[in-house]
Amino acid sequence: MWTLEPRSDAPLIWQIATPIMAVIATMLTGALLFGLMGYDPVAAIRTIFWDPLFGASAGYSRPQLLVKAGPLILIACGLAVGFRAGIWNIGAEGQYIMGGIAGAAVALAAYPAEGWWIFPAMVIAGAFGGWVWGMIPAMLRNWFGASEILVSLMLVYVAQKIAAWMAFGPMRNPEGFGMPGSRNLSQYASASNPEMFPGTGIHWGVIAAAFAVFGVWVLMSRHIRGLQIRAAGEAPRAARFAGVKPSALVAFCLGLSGALAGMAGLFEAAGPAGQITDGFGSGYGFTAIIVAFLGRLHPVGIVLAGLLMALTYIGGDIAQLMLQMPAATVQVFQGMLLFYLLGFDLLTRYRIRRRVTA
Amino acid sequence: MIDLTTLIVMILSAATPILFAALGELIAERAGVLNLGVEGMMIAGALAGFAAAHATGSPAIGFAVAAIAGAALSMIFGVLTQYLLTNQVATGLALTLFGLGLTALFGKPYEGVKAPSMAQGPLGLNWIIWLGLLAVPLIWWFLNRSRPGLILRGIGENHHAAHALGHKVRPVRLAAIAFGGAMAGIGGAYISIATVLQWTEGMTAGAGWIALALVVFSGWRAVGVLAGAWLFGGVTVLQLRLQAAGVNVPVQLLAMAPYLVTILALVLISARRGSASPGSLGQIFHTTS
Repeated sequence: MWTLEPRSDAPLIWQIATPIMAVIATMLTGALLFGLMGYDPVAAIRTIFWDPLFGASAGYSRPQLLVKAGPLILIACGLAVGFRAGIWNIGAEGQYIMGGIAGAAVALAAYPAEGWWIFPAMVIAGAFGGWVWGMIPAMLRNWFGASEILVSLMLVYVAQKIAAWMAFGPMRNPEGFGMPGSRNLSQYASASNPEMFPGTGIHWGVIAAAFAVFGVWVLMSRHIRGLQIRAAGEAPRAARFAGVKPSALVAFCLGLSGALAGMAGLFEAAGPAGQITDGFGSGYGFTAIIVAFLGRLHPVGIVLAGLLMALTYIGGDIAQLMLQMPAATVQVFQGMLLFYLLGFDLLTRYRIRRRVTA
Repeated sequence: MIDLTTLIVMILSAATPILFAALGELIAERAGVLNLGVEGMMIAGALAGFAAAHATGSPAIGFAVAAIAGAALSMIFGVLTQYLLTNQVATGLALTLFGLGLTALFGKPYEGVKAPSMAQGPLGLNWIIWLGLLAVPLIWWFLNRSRPGLILRGIGENHHAAHALGHKVRPVRLAAIAFGGAMAGIGGAYISIATVLQWTEGMTAGAGWIALALVVFSGWRAVGVLAGAWLFGGVTVLQLRLQAAGVNVPVQLLAMAPYLVTILALVLISARRGSASPGSLGQIFHTTS
């Protein structure tokens, strides 16, 4: 018989090894799945994980890596802070959508004026929109004790309906021949979020993500608030005795993750997506949850995890094109990866010992 | 307007999917397991049940297959949380994402296919509605009057105490998770086989999350789940009726109603009752003996 013995510390070697093991296990299971579905497993794995970086059309797909990783990293950074404290914001998708709408609203109100102030105002509005959407579950939890998990998730559906309403109603492009969807912001110079250096995929969202990574690292490892967050997550009672106010943490974590998700939404609305449409929310908010866990809730890990997830998105697109593989394949991959990651994490938290039976 | 009988049938029908899913989750949570994968298990049941019903022409077989599919998927969660001691919130979330992805992947061939028609039961209600109504007193009796139910509640309230008394915490929880999965599967299949009559990607549209909220709303009681399901069914039907009646409010705003009502209900219940949740809910059970 085997027994599990809790570790008092989490060895660094396992912290680094388990995500890598999870990725390998996902690839192997994925290959098996592809084989069963009648695809060549080796070709499929190579198309998803290798071709976006080094394949024939890598010149086009490589910049996409940062375009996709930017919002994922930006959102995941905020989520990771809350997850560390045991505050579960799983409604980042809704905060992302509301940020996009709020930012686009500023641009559409200013149209067709041009000015240097428009884009910064949009960023602030985007962050504000996401912050408000994150503060609703925070306040409902603090005032009434309502579960932030369920409220934040419900608000995703509400945000999706608002996006649809905006696309068909108030924000519909008056020159769009009746088609749903707002004006295209990428054709509006003062409001657009273009690629800054040709061929890199870097736009303002990627820069913001870089700042968020650094900021979260400082917060969690150098700031008293970060210490409080870690204490609240690992020993809630001890944290309370030390004077950490749970309600302040809830508001801080949900507000921060909401604001970052909202900014991600704005950068997307002004850049790669270009407009608010019925289906503006594209799942970044949910994938970012996987990114946060895969990155072990640590800023450096999140960067690597965000890049890997972006790779699977792009690889999935290529596989769809080249191998006629369904688009949902990537979703299955991401779910599987999270399962393996959580499972392998056992090795970080426990020591496996052979039980000595008498 | 429509007559009262039709209205009641519509409400009962709209309430059935979340009634099943919430009753299943109720059992899991009373055993101390918080499974956020309800949405994933529902959508798996919706596809598996639809596919089986379509292949055999029998809705009954469809529902049976849906229950098996939901239970099978829930076992991923069960093994991970009970034996590999993973965080239940994260694992449940992974189950939902996985279920949505898996069904999107395998559901493509079933798009645009029609479901076989279901037989009407007594009083113009199909027999799945009846089964759901019957499940409420049965589950009430199981939890409050039967010995296995008492053990299950004991494990949910304090798993260490139950373990010390010699009860098998993990097998009981695994069974509760499987039951939750089967019920979610049936609830999901009701949407595809009995209400929408076809398969579309992501068709459960948050019903699993509403079911989770319903368990909180009910105060972890079977009768409360039924009341909540009817309330939700009423709001859904009202919203659809208003849409059909051409009220001067955008359709998308009316469609928010079920989610907003769920939030409102959560707030009211949480404020009034505080937390009546099982003592060991969501906690990892680890023992060396």
